Amino acid sequence: MNKVASPIRVTGLNHWFGKNEARKQAIFDVNLTIPRGSLTILMGPSGSGKTTVLTLMGCLRDVQGGSVRLLDHELNGARTAEQVALRRRLGFIFQAHNLHGSLTARQNVLIGLEVHGGGASAAYVEAANHMLGLVGLGERLDYLPGSLSGGQKQRVAVARALVGNPEIVFADEPTAALDKESGRTVVEMLKALGRERGTTTVMVTHDNRILDLADRIVTLEDGRIVDDRTP
Amino acid sequence: MTRLLQRILGRLPVGWLQLTHSRGRLAAAIAGVSFANVLVLVQLGIAGALNGTIAQGYDLFRADILISAPDANTMTDGGNVARQHLWQALADPDVADGAALYIGTLTWSRTSGDTALQTFGIGPDKGDFLAPNLAPHAASLMRADTAVIDRMTRRLEPGLVATLSETTPLTFEGGGRTLSVTGAFTGGVGFSADGYMLVSDQTFLSLFPRRLSGAPNHLLIRLAPGADPAQVADRLRRDLGGDLRVRSMADAIAEDQQYQGTERPTGIIFGFGVVIGVLVGIVIVYQVLSTDVADHLREYATFKAVGYPHRYFISIILEEALILATLGFVPGIAIATGLYAALNTATGLPLVMTVDTALAVLAGTMAACALSGAIATRRLAAADPADLF
Ligand SMILES: Nc1ncnc2c1ncn2[C@@H]1O[C@H](COP(=O)(O)OP(=O)(O)O)[C@@H](O)[C@H]1O
Ligand SMILES: [Mg+2]
Repeated sequence: MNKVASPIRVTGLNHWFGKNEARKQAIFDVNLTIPRGSLTILMGPSGSGKTTVLTLMGCLRDVQGGSVRLLDHELNGARTAEQVALRRRLGFIFQAHNLHGSLTARQNVLIGLEVHGGGASAAYVEAANHMLGLVGLGERLDYLPGSLSGGQKQRVAVARALVGNPEIVFADEPTAALDKESGRTVVEMLKALGRERGTTTVMVTHDNRILDLADRIVTLEDGRIVDDRTP
Repeated sequence: MTRLLQRILGRLPVGWLQLTHSRGRLAAAIAGVSFANVLVLVQLGIAGALNGTIAQGYDLFRADILISAPDANTMTDGGNVARQHLWQALADPDVADGAALYIGTLTWSRTSGDTALQTFGIGPDKGDFLAPNLAPHAASLMRADTAVIDRMTRRLEPGLVATLSETTPLTFEGGGRTLSVTGAFTGGVGFSADGYMLVSDQTFLSLFPRRLSGAPNHLLIRLAPGADPAQVADRLRRDLGGDLRVRSMADAIAEDQQYQGTERPTGIIFGFGVVIGVLVGIVIVYQVLSTDVADHLREYATFKAVGYPHRYFISIILEEALILATLGFVPGIAIATGLYAALNTATGLPLVMTVDTALAVLAGTMAACALSGAIATRRLAAADPADLF
């Protein structure tokens, strides 16, 4: 796998929502280059465009104006198949855990592995068990999400995002549903992963208690970058 | 089960896990598929019995070629055929022998109710035109007003026919005469008659005084060894003229089944029942699968963000469809087999569950479920990973 120095390069990014008269610009000329292995935090008031920028960079939303180069692939005009293939190299952690309620903790984590093909192998099960152990759920492997607490569910979601060794992790307020303690634990895990494996992390958060872990803090307001600093 | 499916699919059986997670929906879906299966199987069973009983009548006779009136769509329908055609046919060098067959329905009034006997009249010297189980009785029909009766006739007590012989016959009044039943054979009940009876042509004409000896229902033809039935049939059709139907027995049976299955109300109703059953199944399975997709849009959107391609979701829905087909088929075929037995006891009709029918219905169920699943996949487009944050 080729190691890209800057896995995310955003230049002149604009985005609009709605059609015809209702069409409204949400993102204005955003430029952002994120180095490999860094932990970048996106901040800003509600409605400032953080989530929109994150979904555009994570190829969950089609790029309309400007350029996003993700892992050396141009996302503006990328075909669906190319987007789907790129997503497999990413990990997403959502504000809501978005676990599958019919699948056990282990099976939910396996979803993050089976996407790479090769079927349901014993090695995958081993890796899923190990990952759940890392997030402190080694005793809850066969629990359905319905019988886990909110924090435990979010940790399963983290395990699902990280188990496939993604090159970039995108997280949108991942600690919102967690208490102070586990929130910080999750972010520390992401940071450690960046150091060990060179994983790049982009995280949206309102949580001031974890800002000290960031390599860089980008602040958005009304769809524009208004501040970009290193703490 | 999960592990088995995992082996087969080479991935987590997400469809199975989803289905078994909501038991109520699964039970409803299985009940729906079973119901559709029962509907289809019972219709097919009755249609099969109809075909079986059609063949049953012809199977009492042995002939290479059957000559009938142009409008003789079934064994008993349509006009008669002039017996003089028999003499004409016998002039053909490839025709070895022939016999006139008369058919009528005789009512046997019993204290337990009327029994409709489909009565065949044929020359008692024509035993070699009879099926092997009937042929030995031919000679006994020489005597006037004797008959042999179908022991499977509806409401005929087995004890009545067990001891029949030429010296200890069963007698009853019918067609204004006293008939002596001197033997029994195994025929079978039909849709239009309660059983069969065989008499000599002379006895037949006295039982049915309005029938003429010169106008039998069919002519049975036996060919000389080595003659080609198709060729002779073509020749006879041309020589005899008058639009007569000249067919092999097998063709006559097939055309009769085709006619009764597609042009008679009974046949059409059975076909209609099959269509309704299939539609009910498709609608129920579609309903269940599309609700299931709608309920899991968030999960599917998450899976899309993880990087699963569209075909993965299609395979989950097809997995669900095939599981429903299989799980619904098992109780469906069990119930239908029970109903076959019950209907057989009640009507005497030969409803039989063949492996072919069962496999065809299973394959049809799977195809119908897969079709429902394919329609339900259209709802997948609503799963948008951009909406997840
Ligand atoms: N799907 C959408 N349709 C229309 N407008 C949207 C949509 N998503 C976001 N917006 C608008 O775009 C702007 C930025 O939204 P968002 O990126 O969600 O902000 P943040 O994540 O910083 O709260 C807001 O004004 C919001 O109303
Ligand atoms: Mg947001």
